[in-house]
Amino acid sequence: MSEFESTMRQREPRAEDLIKGQTGDWEVILGLEVHAQITSKAKLFSGSSTTFGAEQNTQVSLVDAAMPGMLPVINRFCVEQAIRTGLGLKAKINLRSVFDRKNYFYPDLPQGYQISQFKHPIVGEGEVLLDMADGRVVTVGIERLHLEQDAGKSLHDQHPAMSFVDLNRSGVALMEIVSRPDMRSADEAKAYVNKLRTILRYLGTCDGNMEEGSLRADVNVSVRKVGSPLGTRCEIKNVNSIRFIGQAIDYEARRQIEILEDGGKIDQETRLFDPKTGETRSMRSKEEAHDYRYFPDPDLLPLEFTQELVDGIKASLPELPDNKKARLIAEYGLSPYDATVLIGEAARADYFEAVAKGRDAKLAANWVTGELFGALNREGHSIEETPVTAKQLGELIDLISDETISGRIAKQVFDSMYKTGRDPAKIVQEEGLQQVTDFGAIEAAIDAIIAANPDKVEQTKVKPQLAGWFVGQVMKSTSGKANPQVVNEILARKLGLSSDG
Amino acid sequence: MTDLTSLTLAEARDALKKKEITSVELTGAYLKEMEAAGALNAYVTVTAEKAMEMARASDAKLQKGEGGPLEGVPLGIKDLFCTKDVQTTACSHILEGFVPPYESTVTANLWRDGAVMLGKLNNDEFAMGSSNETSHYGAVVNPWRRQGSDAKLVPGGSSGGSSAAVAARLCAAATATDTGGSIRQPAAFTGTVGLKPTYGRCSRWGIVAFASSLDQAGPIARDVRDAAIMLRSMAGHDAKDTTSVDRLVPDYEAALAGGVKGLSVGIPKEYRVEGMPKEIDDLWTRGIEWLKAAGATVKEVSLPHTKYALPTYYIVAPAECSSNLARYDGVRYGLRVEGRDVTEMYENTRAAGFGAEVKRRILMGTYVLSAGYYDAYYLKAQKLRTLIARDFTEAFSEVDVLLTPTAPSAAFAIGEKTDDPLSMYLNDVFTVTVNLAGLPGISVPAGLSGEGLPLGLQLIGRTFDEETLLRAARAIEEAAEFTAAPGAWWRA
Repeated sequence: MSEFESTMRQREPRAEDLIKGQTGDWEVILGLEVHAQITSKAKLFSGSSTTFGAEQNTQVSLVDAAMPGMLPVINRFCVEQAIRTGLGLKAKINLRSVFDRKNYFYPDLPQGYQISQFKHPIVGEGEVLLDMADGRVVTVGIERLHLEQDAGKSLHDQHPAMSFVDLNRSGVALMEIVSRPDMRSADEAKAYVNKLRTILRYLGTCDGNMEEGSLRADVNVSVRKVGSPLGTRCEIKNVNSIRFIGQAIDYEARRQIEILEDGGKIDQETRLFDPKTGETRSMRSKEEAHDYRYFPDPDLLPLEFTQELVDGIKASLPELPDNKKARLIAEYGLSPYDATVLIGEAARADYFEAVAKGRDAKLAANWVTGELFGALNREGHSIEETPVTAKQLGELIDLISDETISGRIAKQVFDSMYKTGRDPAKIVQEEGLQQVTDFGAIEAAIDAIIAANPDKVEQTKVKPQLAGWFVGQVMKSTSGKANPQVVNEILARKLGLSSDG
Repeated sequence: MTDLTSLTLAEARDALKKKEITSVELTGAYLKEMEAAGALNAYVTVTAEKAMEMARASDAKLQKGEGGPLEGVPLGIKDLFCTKDVQTTACSHILEGFVPPYESTVTANLWRDGAVMLGKLNNDEFAMGSSNETSHYGAVVNPWRRQGSDAKLVPGGSSGGSSAAVAARLCAAATATDTGGSIRQPAAFTGTVGLKPTYGRCSRWGIVAFASSLDQAGPIARDVRDAAIMLRSMAGHDAKDTTSVDRLVPDYEAALAGGVKGLSVGIPKEYRVEGMPKEIDDLWTRGIEWLKAAGATVKEVSLPHTKYALPTYYIVAPAECSSNLARYDGVRYGLRVEGRDVTEMYENTRAAGFGAEVKRRILMGTYVLSAGYYDAYYLKAQKLRTLIARDFTEAFSEVDVLLTPTAPSAAFAIGEKTDDPLSMYLNDVFTVTVNLAGLPGISVPAGLSGEGLPLGLQLIGRTFDEETLLRAARAIEEAAEFTAAPGAWWRA
């Protein structure tokens, strides 16, 4: 058994996760290395700004450009962010860790080495719980989290014969978070990145913005016949969206299965995912792999801090997603599914709690996850950009509960609120949407319809289902404002039907 | 005053303060000497205009009775120190034309204290060498010659420009750096005083790095007092170098008065190496007698891991250098030799930009860090380094300072050892241990060889105890009464 194998969680394979091949069922083994850019104003070892999108080479200090004689100085805030993240991953925090140099040549790596942590990372073992769509909770082990510098960016499309280098990103602080090979399907890998992203955003240690490159994943993929030892793995580098992670895994697993079923063997190599073709292709083989010649960086003393610092950070942690989920279920009686949807972002859960306070929690959950999230997704708005405040949505629910408006009218009011940002009571009043419960008025409307349609009345006596037609006519003539329950009751009486039918 | 350049730094400082001389006069005198000393090849860049400008500014302050501890004193700066708007190359072709937009902390400290910059001093390329023959700008010639010979001798290295300039009175004092002996050995070869402070005493910020865990800046000066004065200005904590230490900088000059009465001096028996010339051994014995006569007690101590020091050093230093020099890749500054693609550009640039010794060390360093060799070389060397440091800790539980020779021979001839890197490396046998343990060490001229060349004795102190070290050095200096000087044959 390899060291790798001995550290992974033993899991019974699930039929749904297996991939059918010509020769039988294959199990996919997945482990991820996620690079998360630390949210901080300054870089890991210099005071340069980290703002995204600045003009090229305007956020570069002498240290970032590796001028002769320049020395790195650790940014304490970045260290605290790594500790905070480690605590959020329920991981062991190492009070002493060591920065190493990872040596390789590349034009966007000014020092000729990346300062990273190799043998002694700042954070040790932890875990992440995945909330799967079917309600399963999958535990994924975290092997380690370490601090390292980002490289700059090579620009190959600026000049026909030359490449340019932008060093704005050079030296920006990254956390590399390494999982155990505990995932067994693309869905689990996607759920892992999603959950990790959620945790980081709760902690405020990484904005999780995959488009801007704040979160990138290297995906390790191997396949094996159920019950067989681990297969040879390939590493797919720098996949930068959750959708691509799924595509890359699907393609890569299939590719490996085909090779193995044709009697071939998998070469351990580094591969790239091409979003245009949806395929992975070889980047470098094991033989071409760099010898990084790691050794402790003599410019930096070992990174040491006290347990008091860790305890202080621990005391300041926000409620984390798993705890919030459990609390929403316990406190509001939500389904695990609704709770999972709500905790995706802390702001969404906060919104829900503001709406649900003192109201029917289930109704609040339906309105928040159904109407509001639906509208936000449709319009491409974040929860922070919602035109409907939690207070307004709460008021709308109150109008339903006190029967001022029907649920159907409420949806119409909500659309209007979303478009205009106006208060629901105002919309209902100005547009005259109050529910009509005036028996006399409804009865008059019903009488008019019955009088105009004697043939339908006769038919209804034979076929009671036709009563629905009368309901529709009444609603039409009252612009939908008639209290449906009152309509049903009066109609049943007038048509000689039992009202509870 | 007719011969201003014969003044020591302390004498010049005092004369300037008393307005007996001006910095413009003094600086002018040095610039004249420098111009006449082209044969020594000590300076690679002369900053005459800047020097006179700084001198005038100093004089203005001195006139008003103001100014820092080094106000108006002209210094030479090793080309390893980055100097703002003044070309800094570490004497490598690869950095030719590089003009830093920043000033190293150590030189900034010197300018803060009023010193005047005369120019940049030659050194072995990237400070890799023991003879100053690896410089891209050519070898430095030692002002000293063997009696009855005009063979050109090396001034030691890597701070050969610094030692030669101080010995030939081309500056009042010079900055230098020491990674394995690069301050002390050249001082010994030129009859000057070279002080390598405790690792962390001076900031490394802005000094072109050779081996980060060993590099330390220090002065080469005419006597112990001058070295003490220089160190006080150079030293100090720097937030930009996290390996520099936040400790008060003492008045080292004041410490000189302390004497050595009651001081316990250790003689490490393992330094009595096989094949050591008798005159070096005799010098060492004389040193022991001098310290005894001045009131110190002397005892033999053991540093059992000494024999591993050279191999350990020649693993650790090249390993760090192979990584430190990776930044010289032709991408951002310095030399670039184009190629068909980026890999070829790297190869062409580094092949043309680095000299043979630098390449040798990069190769050695890359090798010892490689997968499969790391444990056998680098890791083992780190363990030995710990043992070597522990030897010293144990010795210093018994004694206050250690006395050894600085180098196993007097200055040798240019070209004599260039084909034999190993025998060149052996020159560092008494000095590298001090760097590996991070201790302060000083070389004091103590006598002449049979051929009339200066020889030095080395004192090694406890970490951050430069004061005791300087006291002991002063005692040797007083007893040795070293007054010999090289004939000024180089004057054009």
